[in-house]
Amino acid sequence: MLREEVDSPAQRTFARTVSVLGTFKLDGPLITGLALIAIFGQVVLYSATGGDPQAIVRGSLRLAIGVALMLMLAQTRPGMLRRWTPVLYAVGLVLLIVVDAIGYIGKGAQRWLDLGFVRFQPSEIMKLAVPMMCAWYLRERSLPPDWRTLLVVATIILAPTALTIAQPDLGTGLLILSSGAIVVLLAGLQVRVILALLAAGVGAAVVGWNFLHDYQRQRVLTFLDPQTDPLGAGYHIIQSTIAIGSGGLFGKGYLRGSQGQLEFLPERSTDFIFAVVGEELGLFGALLLILLYLFVVLRALFLASQMRDTYARLLSGSLAALFFVYVFINTGMVSGLLPVVGVPLPLVSYGGTSAVTMLAGFGMLMSLYANRKFAG
Amino acid sequence: MSVRGRIKDFWREQRLFEQRSLAASVVVCVLTLALFSRLVWLQVVQYDHYAELSQGNRVRTEPLPAPRGIIYDRNGTILAENRPAYQLELVPEQVRDLDATLRGLVEIGLFTPDDIDDARRIVRSSRPFDSVPIRLHLNDEEMARFAVHRFEFPGVDIRTRLARYYPQGELAVHALGHVGAISPADLERIDLGEYAGTSTIGKIGIEAAYENVLRGRSGAREILVNARGRSVDKVGALDAQLPVKEGKPGSDLYLTIDLEVQRAAEQAVLNQRAAIVAIDPNNGDVLALVSRPGFDPNLFARGLTRAEFASLNDNPNRPLFNRAVRGVYPPGSTIKPVVALAGLKHAVIAPTDSTFCSGGFSFPNSTHRFRDWRPKGHGNVDMVSAIAQSCDVYFYELANRLGVKRLGDFLGEFGLGQRTGIDIGGEKTGLVPSPEWKRSAFKSRRAQVWFPGETVIMGIGQGYVTSTPLQLAHMAGIVGMRGASFQPRLVRQFRDPTTRKVTPVAPKGLPAPDVGDAKNWDVAIAGMFAVTHGGTASRSAAGAPYSIAGKTGTAQVFSIAQNAKYDESTIGELMRDHAWFVAFAPVEAPKIAVAVLVENGRSGSGVAAPIARLIMDAYLLRKFPAANTTVTAVGDSTEE
Repeated sequence: MLREEVDSPAQRTFARTVSVLGTFKLDGPLITGLALIAIFGQVVLYSATGGDPQAIVRGSLRLAIGVALMLMLAQTRPGMLRRWTPVLYAVGLVLLIVVDAIGYIGKGAQRWLDLGFVRFQPSEIMKLAVPMMCAWYLRERSLPPDWRTLLVVATIILAPTALTIAQPDLGTGLLILSSGAIVVLLAGLQVRVILALLAAGVGAAVVGWNFLHDYQRQRVLTFLDPQTDPLGAGYHIIQSTIAIGSGGLFGKGYLRGSQGQLEFLPERSTDFIFAVVGEELGLFGALLLILLYLFVVLRALFLASQMRDTYARLLSGSLAALFFVYVFINTGMVSGLLPVVGVPLPLVSYGGTSAVTMLAGFGMLMSLYANRKFAG
Repeated sequence: MSVRGRIKDFWREQRLFEQRSLAASVVVCVLTLALFSRLVWLQVVQYDHYAELSQGNRVRTEPLPAPRGIIYDRNGTILAENRPAYQLELVPEQVRDLDATLRGLVEIGLFTPDDIDDARRIVRSSRPFDSVPIRLHLNDEEMARFAVHRFEFPGVDIRTRLARYYPQGELAVHALGHVGAISPADLERIDLGEYAGTSTIGKIGIEAAYENVLRGRSGAREILVNARGRSVDKVGALDAQLPVKEGKPGSDLYLTIDLEVQRAAEQAVLNQRAAIVAIDPNNGDVLALVSRPGFDPNLFARGLTRAEFASLNDNPNRPLFNRAVRGVYPPGSTIKPVVALAGLKHAVIAPTDSTFCSGGFSFPNSTHRFRDWRPKGHGNVDMVSAIAQSCDVYFYELANRLGVKRLGDFLGEFGLGQRTGIDIGGEKTGLVPSPEWKRSAFKSRRAQVWFPGETVIMGIGQGYVTSTPLQLAHMAGIVGMRGASFQPRLVRQFRDPTTRKVTPVAPKGLPAPDVGDAKNWDVAIAGMFAVTHGGTASRSAAGAPYSIAGKTGTAQVFSIAQNAKYDESTIGELMRDHAWFVAFAPVEAPKIAVAVLVENGRSGSGVAAPIARLIMDAYLLRKFPAANTTVTAVGDSTEE
């Protein structure tokens, strides 16, 4: 609804901002939520690195790359993303095979592909390429998917998952698996099939146990009882629960968290940064951050539900859900709800390429939303 | 597949997706709530628990060891002090694999395999967060070697601590004692909390006897530590303003030892097996307490190797053995003045009564002859000349008249057969025998019988009667003081190192022996004066500007068969008699009483007496022999 008279400068500024965002095909609430998380993240990161300004510079630079990519992807024309989807998936798959082969020859864990000027993880591409590919395939099929469709989608998901776990990188592998699974769930997979798959999953987990590396098994065992190995594998989780618990309601104060500042907390600036939030800013600080994430996720899901195209809404919905999966797995792991898997806290953890991936995903989401009227 | 299945129903799919995204939103909210509940559980419900764990993580209590009290001689010369030393310390909770760490230290040469067990025991019995010393006194080269390998040993570090140092080396070691590493045996009797930050404990001598005074009280401070156990001053906005519990430094001690006299005495018997005790009889102050050979207490303070300890412990001359207070020897003729006093007290003899000495004593109807040291005898002797010439026959006769009970009781009044109560541990009582004692000491009925002959030889300080050098110095002092008796002591005052306030220790008087008529003292003292003036030890006293009263003695190491002649050339050195000399001076108002024992020294007059003279010169005249001169025997041959 438009008004004839704009009666205050604040409203005028707001209206102008909305129109500028619209021009760049950006969603105001989503951008605001992401920006607040990023700012919150950089503030916490400064403390978590022991007050290292360099880390903030590098962290912001990485965020800037992600933002640039997001803005770029937000401008793409409808259909473009969809057309390039199979190509991206194929390229990612090939790179994964290459990395595995190098790792096999070099007899060691191999996750990175060194291109000379830059190193990157092909599995990171797959976090986006798998849901894109699933959405691309399901777009042409009638939903809910039948068994044959499911079989194809399962192949699309499981191939990169298996290649990633083989690297070995259990955490990313499971994330790729869930990114695809979410698409299928959103596509309307029948409840009875979901239950059947869950049962099959439990069976597979039992069988898969035998194929896990020792350190991966150890993580699971340690999760079940961290005290069995307080100085070894359980150390991370014991120290992070101490950090969070000792933060109390209001925290020990910014830059005053002894667990983090005195380095009892391992990986304090990367995977375990949420413990720094809990320790220094307390329950209220942690809750504020969680609510920001919740807002972003719910907003993204809402945007997805507004789209008319199957590819668009499946991809957007799965990206939104995947973002939440990241947040939940990370915070769940740090607070001792889930086993320790190497999943960073989106937009807050230092380093890695996941922030770029996430922002790229939101770029695509906003592009799809801007062009939501175009049904495929 | 049905036709309907292939045709996409957009409205239906739209509705389906909306349902699913709504479901997803619900799931997201539920999981967020679960996470929130978890945080409430950790941060609100379990807050106290985790706050405590966090505090335990970041704060380490570091002991502030109190400096051990400094020990001075009576004139303020330092005998024991504290110097900085470097040592290897280990914090048990920061060491993941103790055995591997200790083996690693062996590999880099900072440990011997023998040390591993001891270190392990000490580490096991320590609190996990305390820094435990596992290797003391690193030299520069060892410190450099550890520095290179430090990263391989998390939880192990070099610390500077004050370590005990004895600047006088071997001098007075048997009085002073020494500290040593806290041993597993020590751990069983001490409260380790009181030893926080301290790796040593007084093992023997003054250091052990006054451990509680010297040690002081450890303080403690809380320090901020990071995950690697390093202390940090300030990190982030955390600072290290944590409470400090002040300790109290150990009290300084002033000994009664006069180091110059002590040195003169030690040099006189440097390479012999000997003991010397010099006492100020006016208050019991022990002026010199010598037991040779000695050893360097710094070896123990620094921590000696097993080989070093073995070489000291297995040395046939027994340098670790404190002869002065733990060595028991037959007192020999040194007790004759006291035996004489016993005779006077019980009126079994008068001073002027004359006894004919033919060179031997026999009971009626017995062929056994108790020999005099002088085969041809001393002829007619009265009490003074019997003491002066050390006539054995006179005292055989006297002891026989007194009987074992009266003689034994009287010797006891002079401190024989009981501890003098000197303020260091380990003192032996020696023995004043009695028929009751003999009954309890021997198993066979035959051996339990007390023979009159045993009373007779007790009169010349042989047989079962034994005493320590300390006891005989104490005894000589009592005679010189005409009964006034003080418990021998090694500490004369304490000093608070902070306030410099001095607390003197009052001399402890002991009951005077009952000798009947006080004039009896004059007779005994006259006898001892005669010893050094025309008697057995005249040469040693010659030329002294003060008057000396003394008594020579010989302690038989083994008994000579009847009719055999004591011929030192035919017996091994260790079978030769021990030489004794006890004395006090000046006679009119004694300031010093001395007992000298030279093991296998043969002659009291020839060997022991000159040494006593030298000590009295040192103390009374401040006249000291040139360094590194030892006393050679004066030529009174093998007589008493």
